[in-house]
Amino acid sequence: MAEVHHHHVHNQDPEAGAEQRKAIWKTFWILLIITSLEFLIAFTVPHGILKISIFIIMTIVKAFYIVGEFMHLKHETKTLIWSILVPIIFVAWLILALMLEGNAIFEAIFG
Amino acid sequence: MASHVTTPGAVEPKMWLGGIEPMKASYGKLMMWFFLISDTFTFSALLVAYGTARFSFPAFTGKHEDFTFSNMYWPVPERVYEAVPFLHGISLPLVFVGIMTFILIASSVTMVLAVEAGHRMDRANVEKYMLWTILGGFTFLGCQAWEWSHFIHGTEAGSVMKVIENGTWIEKTIFGANLTENQYGPPAFADFFFFITGFHGTHVFSGVILNILIFFRAATGFYDKRGSYEMVEKVGLYWHFVDLVWVFVFTFFYLV
Repeated sequence: MAEVHHHHVHNQDPEAGAEQRKAIWKTFWILLIITSLEFLIAFTVPHGILKISIFIIMTIVKAFYIVGEFMHLKHETKTLIWSILVPIIFVAWLILALMLEGNAIFEAIFG
Repeated sequence: MASHVTTPGAVEPKMWLGGIEPMKASYGKLMMWFFLISDTFTFSALLVAYGTARFSFPAFTGKHEDFTFSNMYWPVPERVYEAVPFLHGISLPLVFVGIMTFILIASSVTMVLAVEAGHRMDRANVEKYMLWTILGGFTFLGCQAWEWSHFIHGTEAGSVMKVIENGTWIEKTIFGANLTENQYGPPAFADFFFFITGFHGTHVFSGVILNILIFFRAATGFYDKRGSYEMVEKVGLYWHFVDLVWVFVFTFFYLV
C-alpha cells in the first residue's frame, strides 16, 4: 500500500526519540536564558544604539532557534530552507524604506 | 485521476496527487510554510508601520525615572507596562509581559514534545502534551485580556493632556486609552498596541482552537486509524509561528 502521509518509524519504545527530546529541552533553556538576559539588559544598559542593537541580535538568535529547531526548518531540504528565507528580503527592504520615511516625516514636521 | 497501474513489488515514490513530493515535504506541510510566509509579511507590515510612526514622532529625551505621560512625545514602553495583577500600585516594569513570554515559550516546548510523541505514534503522550499546550494558550489569552483591560481603563490619576476638541485646544484629564484617546502618549501608540497585540492574540486564539481539534482527533484515535500524526506537526508549525511573532512583538513593542 502506498503511504502518502508518513514515513516515520512506528515505535512504542519510550527510548526512541530521546535524543530529539534532549534537543528540545536544550532549545527551551537557550530561549529562556536569552529572554532573561534581555530583562537584565533592559534595566542595566543605558538606552541607546548599543542597547537596541543587542536586543535585535538576541531577537534574531531566538528566532533562529524557534524556526530552526521547534519548526524543524534546519533539518529540511536546502531548497525548502531557502524558499522560506529568501522572501524575508522583502521585509528587510520594507524596514529600510519605512524607517527612512519615518525620519523624513519627523524632519518635515519637527525638524 | 491518475490510474494506479503499478508493478507489484516496485518501490513507490512518495506522491502528491499527481506528482512526486517536492522538497521532501508533504503537501499540507509545504502549504503551511507558505501560509506562514504570507503571515510573516502581515505581521512585518504592522511592526514596521509601528516603527515608522515612532520614528516620525519626537522621542522622550530625559531620564527614564523622570518620564511622565504626554502626547508630545512617544512613551517609554517600560513605564507604560508596569502593572501586575494582584500587585496594585507597585511599579514592576515589563514583569507581566515577561511572564506572558515565558508562558508562550513553555507552550511551544510542550507543542514540539507532542509532535515528537506523534512521530512515535505515542497517543498518550500526544494527548498529554496537547493538553499542556492548550492550557498554555488559554493562560496567555487570559493574561492578554487582563493587560488590555488595564490598558483601556488606565491609571487612577489619569493624565492631563492638551488636545483639540471641536477645533479648539483644551486641557483635559484622560483615563486609559481607546482608538482616539490615549493617556500614555500619542493616540497612535494605543492604536498600534490594539492592532498588533490584538492581531497576535487572534492568532493565539485560532491556534488554541486548532490545538483543541487536534487533541480531540488524537484522543478519539483518528490519527491512529490514519496511521500518521502529521497533522500535529502541521498545527505545531502554526503554533511555533505564533510564538515567533511574540518574540518580535516583545522586542519591538515592549523592549526598545
